[in-house]
Amino acid sequence: MSVKEHSGDYFLPDPSPWPVIAMVSLLMTLIGAALAMNGVAIGQFIVVAGLLLFFYLLYSWFRDVIKENLSDCYNKQVDTSFRMGMFWFIASEVFFFLSFFGALFYIRNIALPWLGGDGYLGATNEILYTGFESTWPSHGPGELGGAFQPMGPWGVPAINTLLLLSSGVTITWAHWGLKLDNQKQLVWGLIATIVLGVLFVILQAYEYGHAYAELNLTLESGAYGSTFYMLTGFHGFHVTMGAIMLMAMLGRSLKSHFSAHNHFAFEAVAWYWHFVDVVWLGLFIFVYWL
Amino acid sequence: MSTTTLTHDEAHHHEAPKGWRRWLFSTNHKDIGTLYLLFALVMLFLGGASAMLIRLELFQPGIQLLDPDLYNNLVTNHALIMIFGGVMPAAAGLANWMIPMMIGAPDMALPRLNNLSFWILPAAATMLILSFVIPFFPGGGTQINTGWTIYPPLSLQVGMSMDFLIFAIHLLGISSVLASINIIVTLLNMRAPGMTLMKMPMFCWTWLVTAFLLILVIPVLAGGVTMLLFDRHFGTSFFDAAGGGDPVLFQHLFWFFGHPEVYILLLPSIGVLAHVIPAFARKPLFGYKSMVGAMLAVATIGMVVWAHHQYTVGMSLGAVTYFMIGTILISIPVGLMVFNFIATIWRGAMTFETPMLFAVGIVLMFTFGGLSGVMLAVVPADMQYHDSMFVVAHFHYVLMPGAVFGLFAGVFYWLPKWTGHMYDEKLGKLFFWTNVIGFNITFFPQHFLGLAGMPRRIVDYNMMFTEFNVVSSIGAMIFGLSHLLLLYIVIKTIRGGKKAESRAWEGAKGLEWELDSPPAFHTWTVAPQIK
Repeated sequence: MSVKEHSGDYFLPDPSPWPVIAMVSLLMTLIGAALAMNGVAIGQFIVVAGLLLFFYLLYSWFRDVIKENLSDCYNKQVDTSFRMGMFWFIASEVFFFLSFFGALFYIRNIALPWLGGDGYLGATNEILYTGFESTWPSHGPGELGGAFQPMGPWGVPAINTLLLLSSGVTITWAHWGLKLDNQKQLVWGLIATIVLGVLFVILQAYEYGHAYAELNLTLESGAYGSTFYMLTGFHGFHVTMGAIMLMAMLGRSLKSHFSAHNHFAFEAVAWYWHFVDVVWLGLFIFVYWL
Repeated sequence: MSTTTLTHDEAHHHEAPKGWRRWLFSTNHKDIGTLYLLFALVMLFLGGASAMLIRLELFQPGIQLLDPDLYNNLVTNHALIMIFGGVMPAAAGLANWMIPMMIGAPDMALPRLNNLSFWILPAAATMLILSFVIPFFPGGGTQINTGWTIYPPLSLQVGMSMDFLIFAIHLLGISSVLASINIIVTLLNMRAPGMTLMKMPMFCWTWLVTAFLLILVIPVLAGGVTMLLFDRHFGTSFFDAAGGGDPVLFQHLFWFFGHPEVYILLLPSIGVLAHVIPAFARKPLFGYKSMVGAMLAVATIGMVVWAHHQYTVGMSLGAVTYFMIGTILISIPVGLMVFNFIATIWRGAMTFETPMLFAVGIVLMFTFGGLSGVMLAVVPADMQYHDSMFVVAHFHYVLMPGAVFGLFAGVFYWLPKWTGHMYDEKLGKLFFWTNVIGFNITFFPQHFLGLAGMPRRIVDYNMMFTEFNVVSSIGAMIFGLSHLLLLYIVIKTIRGGKKAESRAWEGAKGLEWELDSPPAFHTWTVAPQIK
C-alpha cells in the first residue's frame, strides 16, 4: 500500500472547553424550564442563567472558529465538511417541521372525520360526540377555547409571504455581490434581507396580537389553535434565529471577513434562510390558505 | 473581537493532552470513543440493575418489593437507559473509535461537534435520573408509570418528572443528530484516496445508513414530545379528542421514530458481525454488494411500517393490512443478511474466540427473534399477543443478540486494538457462556408466559404463571450478574495482559489492523492510498 499526502493537512482543533460548557448551559436551561413550568419559582432564574451561559458559549465558540478561519487553518476538505454538516443539519430541521405538518394532516384528514362519524369508528360520534360535524377550522367536539375566527390568508400572511420571498431574492443578490467581490452589493443585500426578515417578525407578532385580542384564536382553541400556533410559532422562532445569524454575517461582512472563495458561513446562513422561506410557503398553503 | 491569529503549527499537537482536560475538552476521536464506551458501560449497569429489580418483583405473584407505579417507572427507565444510554452510545463509541481508523482519516470530520454530542449524554442521563428521583420528594408528583412509549393521555397526567423525561429525550435527540451529522460527513468526505463507497468496510456502511435513519426520525420524536409538553402545560389539544386531536396521533409520531430505532440499534451490530465473521472464518464476507442493498432495503421499508406497533388501537382495515404486508416484507432483506453470514461461515477455517462465539450466537438467536417478529407482524395473531410477555420475549431476542451481543463481539474483537493487550480468552469464553445461558433462561420462558396470556408492564400476575416466572427471574440474576465478569475482563485488559500485535487476529482485514496496538494518539495524519 503506497502512501500519499492528503490534499493539504486536515485541520484538527485543539481541545476546546466549549462543548462541555454547552452541556452545562443546556442542562441548566432545561432543568430550569422543567421547574418553572411546574411553578417552582427558582426555575426561571436558572433558565435565564442557562441561556446567558449559552449565548456566551455561542459567541466564544464562533469566535474561535472565525479566528481559525482567518488564520487560514481550513483547507478545501474542511470547508466541504462544514458544508455537508450544515446540509444535514437542515435536513434534520426539515423532519422536525414535518412532524408538525404531519400532525396537521393527520388531525384534518383522519382524526376529525372519525370524530364526525366517518368510517368504521363512527360509533365514537354516536356515543360520545353526538351531532359533532367534522369541519376545518375546528376546535373539536368540546369546543375548547370558545368561539373563534380563523386566520385568513389574504392580509398580513400574504404580505409576509411577499416579504420572505423578496428576502430570498435580496440574499441571493448579496451572494452574487460576494462572488464578484463587490462589498457594497453584499452589505446592502444583507441589510435589505435583515430589514425584510425583521419586518416579517414584527408583522407576525402583530398578527398574534390581533388573533388573541380580536379573533379569540388562542393556543387553547382546539386542534386549529394548536397547529396554527405551533407551526407558525416554530417558524417564527427560526426566522428570528435566521435574522440574528444574518446580522452576524453583516457584522463580518463589514469587517471584510469574506472573500469570493472563502465564505462558508455566509452560504450556510443563506441556505438556512432559504429553508425558512420554503417552510413558510408550506405554512401559507396548508395553514392559512387551504 | 480579538484578531490574534494562530499559526498552522500551533494548532497541531501530536501528543495526548494531560490531565482532566484531555477528557473534558477532547477533540480526539479515540478519547471521545472511549468516553462513549465508558458511559455506555455505566448505563448498562444502571439499566441492568433496574431490570433485575423488575425480575425480583416478578419472582413471585403478589406485590413484594415495588409499588405498582414504581414498578412501571423502573420499566420505563430500564428501556430508556438501555436504548439511549446503553446501546446507542456504545455503538457511537465503536463508530468514533473505528470509523476514522477504518477509512484512513485523521479524525472525525467535526471534532469539536463530536465532543459536544458526547457531553450532551451525561446531561440527558442526569435529567433521566432526576425524572426518577423527583417523585420521592414532597411535591414531586407521581411516578412515570407510562412505559418508555409515554403515550397520552396517561403521560399528560404524570407530574413534574414527565417534563424532565421529555427534556431528557430532547437532549438525547440532539446528541444523536449531531453525532449522526458528524458520522455522515466523515464517511462522505474523509475517506482515504481510492476508497470508493463500495470499498468501504461494512461497519462504515451500516453506520452511514444508521446515521441517515437517525437524522430522519429523531426530529419527529422531538416534535412529538414537544407537542406533549405543550399539551401538558400550554393548553394545546394535539392529543385531546375534545379539541379535535387524537391520542393515537402521538403513537404514530412515536413509532415513526420507534420502529426505525430498532434498525438504528441493530445495524451497527450487523456491521460488527460483518467484520468478526470473516476474520474468524478466514474468508472474505460473502455478498458485500447484496449486504449493502439489503441494508438499504431494510432502512427504506423500515421507515414506512411503523404502525405495526399499534394494530390494536383501531386503525382502518386498509392501513392495518398495508402495515402487516410491509412488515413481513422486511424479513426478506434481513433473511438475505443472515444468509450471507451463513454463507461466509460455510467451509471457512473457523476458530471460536469470544467475538466469534458472540457472532454465532447472534446469527442463531437473532434469527429466532426475527421469526417471533413475523408472528407478531400478522395482524390476527398479534391481536392475541399484543402487550403480552410474548412481545417482551420477542424484542429482547431481537435486541439482546441483535444489538448488544454485536456490541460485545465488537468490544472483544477490537479491545486488543484499543488497549494494546489481549483479553483473557478463558474469561471471555466464560462470560459468553454465562451470558448466553442466562439470557435464554430469562427470556425463553417469557414466550410461553405471553402465549398463556400474561400481560406485560403489570406488577402482579396470576398464580398459574408462577413457575415460568421463577425460572425467568433466576435466569435474570445469572444474566445480570454475568456482566460483572465483563467489567472485570475489560478492566483487566486495560491494566495489562499479553501484548497485542498490530494485527491482533490472524484473519483480520482492514486499515485499522495496519496501525499499532494501541494506535498513536493521532493516526492516518497521512492518508493511505487504497488500490
